[in-house]
Amino acid sequence: MTAEEIHKNLQARFGDAIVEAKLDAPQSFLVLDPKRMKEVCLFLRDEESLQFDFCSCVSGVDYKEGKLGAIYHLASMVHKHKIVLKAFCTVENPHIQSVASVWGGADWHEREAYDLLGIIFDEHPDLRRILLPYDWEGYPLRKDYKVPEFYNGMKVPY
Amino acid sequence: MTETRSLPTRYVTHPGELKTSSGRSLRTDEMIINMGPQHPSTHGVLRLEVVLDGEIVVDVIPHIGYLHRCFEKHAEHMTNYQQVIPYCDRMDYLSSMNNDWAYALAVERMLKIEVPPRVETIRVIMAELQRIASHLIAVGTYGIDMGAFTPFLWAFRDRERILDLFEMTCGARLLYNYIWIGGLSHDLPPGFVEKAKAFCTYFKPNMKELNDLLSYNEIFVKRTAHVGVLPADVAINYGVSGPTLRASGVNWDLRRDDPYGIYDKFEWEVQVGKGERGTTGDCWDRYIVKIREMEQSVRIIEQALAALPEGNVQAAIPKRIRPDSAEIYVRTETARGELGFYVVSDGTASPYRLKARAPAFVNLSVLPKISRGCLLGDLVAIVGSIDIVLGEVDR
Amino acid sequence: MGLLDQRFENSNVLVTSLEGLLNWARLSSLWQMQFGLACCAIEMMAASASNFDMMRFGVIPRATPRQTDVMIVSGTVTLKMASRIKRLYDQMAEPRYVISMGSCSNCGGPYWEHGYHVLKGVDRVIPVDVYVPGCPPRPEALLEGLMKLQEKVRKETLVKKTA
Repeated sequence: MTAEEIHKNLQARFGDAIVEAKLDAPQSFLVLDPKRMKEVCLFLRDEESLQFDFCSCVSGVDYKEGKLGAIYHLASMVHKHKIVLKAFCTVENPHIQSVASVWGGADWHEREAYDLLGIIFDEHPDLRRILLPYDWEGYPLRKDYKVPEFYNGMKVPY
Repeated sequence: MTETRSLPTRYVTHPGELKTSSGRSLRTDEMIINMGPQHPSTHGVLRLEVVLDGEIVVDVIPHIGYLHRCFEKHAEHMTNYQQVIPYCDRMDYLSSMNNDWAYALAVERMLKIEVPPRVETIRVIMAELQRIASHLIAVGTYGIDMGAFTPFLWAFRDRERILDLFEMTCGARLLYNYIWIGGLSHDLPPGFVEKAKAFCTYFKPNMKELNDLLSYNEIFVKRTAHVGVLPADVAINYGVSGPTLRASGVNWDLRRDDPYGIYDKFEWEVQVGKGERGTTGDCWDRYIVKIREMEQSVRIIEQALAALPEGNVQAAIPKRIRPDSAEIYVRTETARGELGFYVVSDGTASPYRLKARAPAFVNLSVLPKISRGCLLGDLVAIVGSIDIVLGEVDR
Repeated sequence: MGLLDQRFENSNVLVTSLEGLLNWARLSSLWQMQFGLACCAIEMMAASASNFDMMRFGVIPRATPRQTDVMIVSGTVTLKMASRIKRLYDQMAEPRYVISMGSCSNCGGPYWEHGYHVLKGVDRVIPVDVYVPGCPPRPEALLEGLMKLQEKVRKETLVKKTA
């Protein structure tokens, strides 16, 4: 199924949960309402003609000027089609609904996005830091991140 | 904790809760055991917090990040796209060639570069040699985990032959920086093809030896069959990929199902686990799929060596690579599964954001799911069979 | 003892200093701690596997720090791992030695500039006896480093540890 058809299908069912669709880019994507991720994703996974059963990747991106985004790369093993979903939030209110209950694999990816970019995934079962130590301060992949001088008495810069 | 517990009947000796004559429960306290980050059988710096009820694993909480080397931050700060490749090498250090290829492919697709046919063929040869080398380590160290030391020595003996081939090609034994954007760093040296062919001839009988020694060894089968069963639906839901997914009976290989390179020109088969010795998706299946993939890789290498075209090894690429403002997600099949690179470009000389979707990272996330209810000794078997590389888990 | 056998064929008495004997025993059985950190650990494994056979130097991998003499820090030490390395080092019994293997544990390696989570050199946490450069060092380089450590142990005195 092409991205246009998927978009039409979702638009008809969820209406304004699909904020934007870019279908001409090299890899077309849909922008979703960050508060309604779960219902859309559940539909994407379970609908017979879509069956996006494989969540390849969830990446967090800092777009500067206070805008953060989570990008979901989905694929279907049955129909062999792919789609990219995006959800945006702001640095002041970095909340996006978690899809860890839809795809188990999204669990750790979302934890990583929280760890490195500070995106808070609501309803996530276990949102802790995953790569960095639990007492780490700040989110390193944000563009304005400053490396700390010391961590636990160890000098960090060279 | 009690809801999440689902003990397979194999280990449950008492179906109901045992009670004393006075009606008091005989349940004992749970222990929390720390395994790692320097445990020899965690294959690196993985730390597992294991909740035990006697010898039975109630829950496993993996703690990762002990090798978080800030790959994505480095990629953003490089002065050009080419400089990221050495860091890709160091991500999954057992299959560096595959990593380089994945990243180079992502940038090439972004710039719409077509690489010459000789490059495509050499890349396939290198990637498959690397797959064999990586699987040999996986198999050898898995033997050690199960208490068999000889397979480790045999695997390393054969792996050194492959490393010799790499060394004569690009001078490095482990981290190559050989596959570049738009081509290769340089052409194959004279004598490579003959040596590679000789390796294939040398390696094939050794596979049989390894099978006789380890794969069908009764003790080894007893340790691994029926252990850590990963059902296909759970595997897909968790995004598990590579040999770990195929062992669960899912016929899925990105080399065939999301084609890249010239894999479609060669004859080979995707290997899936069938539960020959136990249940489909158990540790033995995960092991044997790797063994059989090595055989397939040898097949591919032999065909590629026979059909190696002459020509240039570097496509015409712009001197300074500056992709237009765009983004792309490209996935390839490394020795461990789906390695994806999500590259966001803002038109400057280095990636704006580079996210690596590491197969081992995702494969490891399924560990708590499949190890609940097993014995502590079997946990080692399960961790080893998933074949993680911590450099890639933590990046 | 082939060499000595020929020299002392009629008696089995050897005269040496106590120091010499102790150092000889120590340097011939440097038990190594079996743990790997990163890429270099693969080369360390290769060094102890068939083609390079580190065991001929008396280096036997042991899984617990309490039975080991030498810790080969093989790979990038991150800030999260640094405290664990310190603890492992503290658990080793004296005399203990550290070989820092690879550029990462020497000085941060390729991660020296933007590695916000990388310790720039394991010598910021524990004392290092021998540095082996390379990214990763070849197994031969590690063996060379090991022989350098043996030389160092050979010169030790009972009065004062020169390490």
